[in-house]
Amino acid sequence: MSKRIETGNTACALAVLAAGIDYMAAYPITPQTTLSEKIANFAATGEFTGKYVLVESEHSAMSAVAAASAVGARTFTATSSQGLLHMHEILHYASGGRLPVVMANINRAVLAPWCLYADHQDSISQRDTGWLQLFCSNHQEIYDSVFLAYKVAEKVDIPVMISYDGFLLSHSLLPFETVDDSVIKQYLPDRDPAWRLHPDIGGNFSNVAMAAEYSAYRHRLADDTLKSLQIFRDSIKEYENLTGRKQPDLIEASGTENANVYLLSMGSMASEMELVATELTKQGINASALKLRLYRPFPSDELVNILPDGSTLIVLDRNIAYGHPGGVLYMEARSALYESDKKIRVLGGSVGLGGVDLTVSVLLNEVNRLLEVAKA
Amino acid sequence: MNTNEKKEILQPVSMPVEGVAGFTSAWRSQWPKLDSEKCNGCLLCWIFCPETLISREDRSIDLRYCKGCAVCARECPVNAIEMIREGEE
Amino acid sequence: MSEKMKENILESSVNPMVGLPHAEISKHKEHDGTEVAALSSKLAEMPEYEMVHKGTGACAGCPSPMGLRIVGKVLGPNSVVVMTPSCTVASTGMMPKSCFKIPVLNCAFASAAATATGITGAYDALIEKGAISGPKPTVFTWIGDGGTYDIGFQGLSAAAERNDDFIFFCYNNEAYGNTGMQRSGATPRHAITTTTPGGKTENKKNLPILMLEHQCAYVATASVSYPQDLFRKVAKAKDIKGFRYIEVHSPCGPGWKIPWSETIDMGKRAVKTGAWALWEAENGNLTINAPTLQIAQGKVKPASLEEYIELQGRFNLVTRSPDKDKIIADMKDGIEKDLKRLLMRL
Repeated sequence: MSKRIETGNTACALAVLAAGIDYMAAYPITPQTTLSEKIANFAATGEFTGKYVLVESEHSAMSAVAAASAVGARTFTATSSQGLLHMHEILHYASGGRLPVVMANINRAVLAPWCLYADHQDSISQRDTGWLQLFCSNHQEIYDSVFLAYKVAEKVDIPVMISYDGFLLSHSLLPFETVDDSVIKQYLPDRDPAWRLHPDIGGNFSNVAMAAEYSAYRHRLADDTLKSLQIFRDSIKEYENLTGRKQPDLIEASGTENANVYLLSMGSMASEMELVATELTKQGINASALKLRLYRPFPSDELVNILPDGSTLIVLDRNIAYGHPGGVLYMEARSALYESDKKIRVLGGSVGLGGVDLTVSVLLNEVNRLLEVAKA
Repeated sequence: MNTNEKKEILQPVSMPVEGVAGFTSAWRSQWPKLDSEKCNGCLLCWIFCPETLISREDRSIDLRYCKGCAVCARECPVNAIEMIREGEE
Repeated sequence: MSEKMKENILESSVNPMVGLPHAEISKHKEHDGTEVAALSSKLAEMPEYEMVHKGTGACAGCPSPMGLRIVGKVLGPNSVVVMTPSCTVASTGMMPKSCFKIPVLNCAFASAAATATGITGAYDALIEKGAISGPKPTVFTWIGDGGTYDIGFQGLSAAAERNDDFIFFCYNNEAYGNTGMQRSGATPRHAITTTTPGGKTENKKNLPILMLEHQCAYVATASVSYPQDLFRKVAKAKDIKGFRYIEVHSPCGPGWKIPWSETIDMGKRAVKTGAWALWEAENGNLTINAPTLQIAQGKVKPASLEEYIELQGRFNLVTRSPDKDKIIADMKDGIEKDLKRLLMRL
């Protein structure tokens, strides 16, 4: 275990290398580029011994890694923004085909108009592709999430997307601790799939299905996605035990327990929200920040358990759920709390789109505005 | 993943089998009849049959799957295959 | 050219087997390096192995299983195939059944080449690591002209440029057959399709030549009507490492509006009129095959283009046009120019 100060993309690349991937295909896009460059350097120096294919598009990148995954390889690709949108068709293919691909998506706003900076519209537009989605708020989480992603993906045969904010995390230098390769090997042994595309095994992957077979596969994917929640919890515990390092929960609460106001968010904004909660507490409002680590499947139980009866939940999204006030996290939170007996006021807003700087004062203003709405 | 753990195959995978479309002879309106006397053993019928129904050894035809396309009769250089209307002979 | 050969070629307007070279394949090397007897393309000596089970869902007289049978005889059971939406997939059978004895990976329409890239690279990586044992399966695709000329072209071109180690087969029936015959980039001018009811007004792409210009390991055109030529080309491709492209001309009964029985005959006519050229190229070095070479050189009179057009219902608007003679003369002129350009590449 050693301490490093690197960019978020380098943290991700180091973890991908340690995870022992067999196959990678990628296409450059800002702000992902330095990540695929870093792994290309590992390949050039011989540190990465698997196959790295420089494809001509993200659609081909996802097609190639999905196919390599079907052969039984541990695969990786990374993208951002338009690249993720271009992959969309194959995201459904990878999850429907139960191929445990892991991908990093370095969050960036989507066209039109062009914008290079962070928001979550790219990731959340893939919400219903059947991928499991992790969000990171700092470099340590980026590094650790890579191992968690492979662990869970290969257990449930569902692909995992790791998202972190472009530039804010991908290009900033922050400290994080690495884990020894021997520990990683123990946590992530070589992939041993139940089926692989090979003449010794046989099988026609994904030919035409009639409604009954098709719907059975889809319901199974939906069920297994929900079941993966427990596998995430268990896998985080196992990682903690092996590394001796505390991991954030699926929803990590910071600040006072039994607060009156809770601030839920994901991505780099969630780190700032901890400071916002401290500021609010100073102003006499008992506040706690909630950082969402797993967006898909949504950890509803965690949210319901954390929130005390009668509290107020403010949800800030770096995206917009068009046709609905606020963003997707706001929708998720309201949906999760609907079945609860607890009476909780939920308010939401969309902030930081296209990389609008989310300083503590900007966030505090938005939270105070929503608290005023709550009072009215 | 624990390598000792028995894993279920979750991928949508089909397995090879004869007659995926049933006995496709039901599709046809004519069937090929080989005259072994005329046959010169050139094997064109064998190689062109889309359904692999003609034996290379004796040119016997598996009529259970024959769709009656008549490519065999059309390509036979010595007219040893005659197409007979379904239900006749 | 010897008199005997001339005779053979002339005779070949009756029988496609005559006049074509039999297997002239040098010693065939197995993956472990041992030399085994050359594969023979003589019909009586071709491998017994059949890749496709009896009773597929394909139309009667469909060229796709005909072609796959030949390919399968060469590549054998240690191979895997990539398929995109196509007649072949539609006729594979429904889950949980499949008519193919080898593993198939179905993928999205635009993904054929990138998918094969992923498979072949993963085999390389896993065999090197020792996670799976060799010999490495032959990776190939079986893709229609839509998935090759149109939606799949970007990925195809890139895989050729990267020289990825697989064989890309395009079986070309000159339209989108699976969806009911819409025009594709491979549909010839004047052909009626469901989306060109007045006849296609544009020329087809010359995709094999585009692939030739990629200077990849092996590029060949073939036809289901010339099974021994196809067999020989697949056998040649099998022993080459890197990107290989083989396009198999595949006349389609319902699409071309010809009787089922005419699949093979129409394929022969396509070659003998010069409308479909047979050639192959290793690393960009072109060889034009018989009878295309002889037709191109003017040594063999091409078969009647009028008949070729008149026999196909998809050209009914040409057949019935008052300008029929002029249109067919233009078509002939186009074919002659294409063949001349091909000769100039020698």
